Amino acid sequence: MSKKPVQQNKDPETTGHSWDGIEEFNNPLPKWWVWVFYATIVWGIGYTIAYPAWPLVNQATAGLLGYSTRGEVAEDIAEFEAQNAEINARLEGVELASIGDDPEIYSFAVSSGEAVFRTWCAQCHGSGAAGAVGYPNLLDDDWLWGGDMEAIHYTISHGIRNEEDFDAHYSEMPAFGELLEPEEIVQVVNYVQVLSGGQAADPSQVEAGEVVYLDQCSACHGEAGEGDIFQGAPNLSDAIWLYGGDYETLMETVTYSRFGVMPPWQTRLTEAQIRAVTAYVHQLGGGE
Amino acid sequence: MLNYLKLIALGLITLFAMIGASYARDLAYQVHMILIMLVAGGLFLWTLRRTDEPVSATDLSLEYNDGVIRAGVIATAFWGVIGFLVGVVIAFQLAFPVLNFEWAQGFLNFGRLRPLHTSAVIFAFGGNALICSSLYIVQRTSAARLWGGNLVWFVFWGYQLFIVLAATGYVLGGTQSKEYAEPEWYVDLWLTVVWVAYLAVFLGTLVKRKEPHIYVANWFLLSFIVTVAMLHVVNNLTIPVSIWGSKSIILWPGVQDAMVQWWYGHNAVGFFLTAGFLGMMYYFIPKQAERPVFSYKLSIIHFWALIFLYIWAGPHHLHYTALPDWASTLGMVFSIVLWMPSWGGMINGLMTLSGAWDKLRTDPVIRMMVISVGFYGMSTFEGPMMSIRAVNSLSHYTDWTIGHVHSGALGWNGMITFGALYFLVPVLWKRERLYSLGLVSWHFWLATIGIVLYAASMWVTGIMEGLMWREVDANGFLVNSFADTVAAKFPMYVVRGLGGVLYLTGAIIMCYNLWMTVRRSPAKEASLSTAVPAE
Repeated sequence: MSKKPVQQNKDPETTGHSWDGIEEFNNPLPKWWVWVFYATIVWGIGYTIAYPAWPLVNQATAGLLGYSTRGEVAEDIAEFEAQNAEINARLEGVELASIGDDPEIYSFAVSSGEAVFRTWCAQCHGSGAAGAVGYPNLLDDDWLWGGDMEAIHYTISHGIRNEEDFDAHYSEMPAFGELLEPEEIVQVVNYVQVLSGGQAADPSQVEAGEVVYLDQCSACHGEAGEGDIFQGAPNLSDAIWLYGGDYETLMETVTYSRFGVMPPWQTRLTEAQIRAVTAYVHQLGGGE
Repeated sequence: MLNYLKLIALGLITLFAMIGASYARDLAYQVHMILIMLVAGGLFLWTLRRTDEPVSATDLSLEYNDGVIRAGVIATAFWGVIGFLVGVVIAFQLAFPVLNFEWAQGFLNFGRLRPLHTSAVIFAFGGNALICSSLYIVQRTSAARLWGGNLVWFVFWGYQLFIVLAATGYVLGGTQSKEYAEPEWYVDLWLTVVWVAYLAVFLGTLVKRKEPHIYVANWFLLSFIVTVAMLHVVNNLTIPVSIWGSKSIILWPGVQDAMVQWWYGHNAVGFFLTAGFLGMMYYFIPKQAERPVFSYKLSIIHFWALIFLYIWAGPHHLHYTALPDWASTLGMVFSIVLWMPSWGGMINGLMTLSGAWDKLRTDPVIRMMVISVGFYGMSTFEGPMMSIRAVNSLSHYTDWTIGHVHSGALGWNGMITFGALYFLVPVLWKRERLYSLGLVSWHFWLATIGIVLYAASMWVTGIMEGLMWREVDANGFLVNSFADTVAAKFPMYVVRGLGGVLYLTGAIIMCYNLWMTVRRSPAKEASLSTAVPAE
């Protein structure tokens, strides 16, 4: 019925079984296969003696080498920390403003700060620090809360509008949708567009908008829209926008307000790390 | 009488699903209940129309049950193309994030499609391939018709329903977020029922076999069915939050859950994608090569070594995590000892061809099977190597893992399945030969080049990102941010996508070839479907 397999000369013995025409040779196990298999077993036994392996009643065997994965990482970290301990101490010791005066400390701080930035800050501010909608660009000289070493250091240490740090920068723009008439919002948005050097969506509203602006906005953003770093009030007279300077976005900003948050880092980073990332951000282009 | 019981059961299910659909707490559950209601209601009417009708009393007990295998072949090819297609889509979504269309957010973005791809390929394509070929093999090598009459049709359609429930669930957000075990509790329960029926059909057929011995392919297939049942049940022990919702909470806390998950996950690879497919290999390679299996002894030793060792290897997925070091060590050691038992299958597959090597030139189907065994050997070497803690600290979480998985899935599972389909279709539809061997060659080369592009690009990008993640400057500070590594991978992602396109194209050519084989190839005179034991 079923097709017989092709038998050839010099074929070894088969086991004599046949299923649907399939037979099996009675070949021995390949020698190299057996020996490599044994070798892996012997190696395996040795390895489990050297490393933590066999679970016993209360704990597992620890292994002769005293190895642990956590220990391995801790060793790596400790090695670099010991290597950098001295310069970190110096970085913490100098005046913030004079970090740049000592080339050795400064170059260490910038490369350390870059690593900190890429690990902790890049998620919001971008790996190139160019920011994103709602997250400030750190490459320009437009600072919300100040751009000298002291100010950057404070912002990083305490953060902005968070609930974890009582010393965090805090300010809150009102949601003007609850305070102004809809037409007044349209007017002031048109005025702000002109104030920042752009074109108003509806030029006929600009004049009325100036009145609203001076009444409602100038206390924080300044009469000429120059902003106020003590309140984190953005400069409205330049072309740099945190959320966007088009008509729709400005309508949304004025109507509902914004509430950008940054966490405090002093609870997660060491003082040396904060100083380092301060130096790094300061030298990106806009430091004062 | 049986029909009345069926009617009662189907009526109750329809009613329950109706209530479920109206009380549903989430979209996935609601859609599923409507689906179940329609299926159960339709079956109710169908059963009703057949109740108390005369049944034709043809004795089929000497004929093989090939109808369900034909259906399985069609399902395998169909789900294969779907799975590969979704794979190509998500590969390009990673290269070009804009393909995560705004209008499709929450349904067709990468996060929703990725489990759809893995499940479609492993469980829909691979699962159907395993079920239909195992049921073919067990009949042929037992010289017995499938046990259980129409129960096997329940297995087939029940499994398709499971696939549809799983796939729609992912897109609609019904997932328990366990890799390769994403379906929620009621889908898991359904799969359990189907799987037990599958086990019963397989075992029942083995029990009534007319051959004195059980062929090696059936050992592997049985170990696959039994172990998958155990893995599936233990890894899905969840408590539903509500009987009217899809959400459920797993029984295992914290790292124990992670360990159970990867005990399951690794043995899904070990028993679903390895043992099960080795069962296929042990039948189709000797059949296609028309040569005896190389070594009976080797098949025994490597079978028992493989199934004993595989089950302990899972912890190597959790190196350098909250998992205790001792468990991680044992996972690694068992993985490395597993190397030779895995290779036993490769040796038996390749050496079966000794004396028939010339067929590699003339028979592209054999070529497909051989390269599949070759990829099997490669990935079962790569796997133990990646389980070594030091290697794993570089490779883990990188695309190297993705490359490894795909050299196994595309190379080993895909190619052996294609080979099996090319073998099965002419036999099942009683054709003299395949429509075109030239097209098989095209499929072979497209798929092979596709795999090479895929695996090579993932090796390069995986090792690159692994090195970039750990790169530190002289002071010990990390040099790259995560986004830098993502940007650096872009060209490799495009190459990977192209590899996927080639592989998909090959599969579509196969479907055309198989379709034309059924339509155009000359019919074979003698029936192959009579159950006669080999002499």
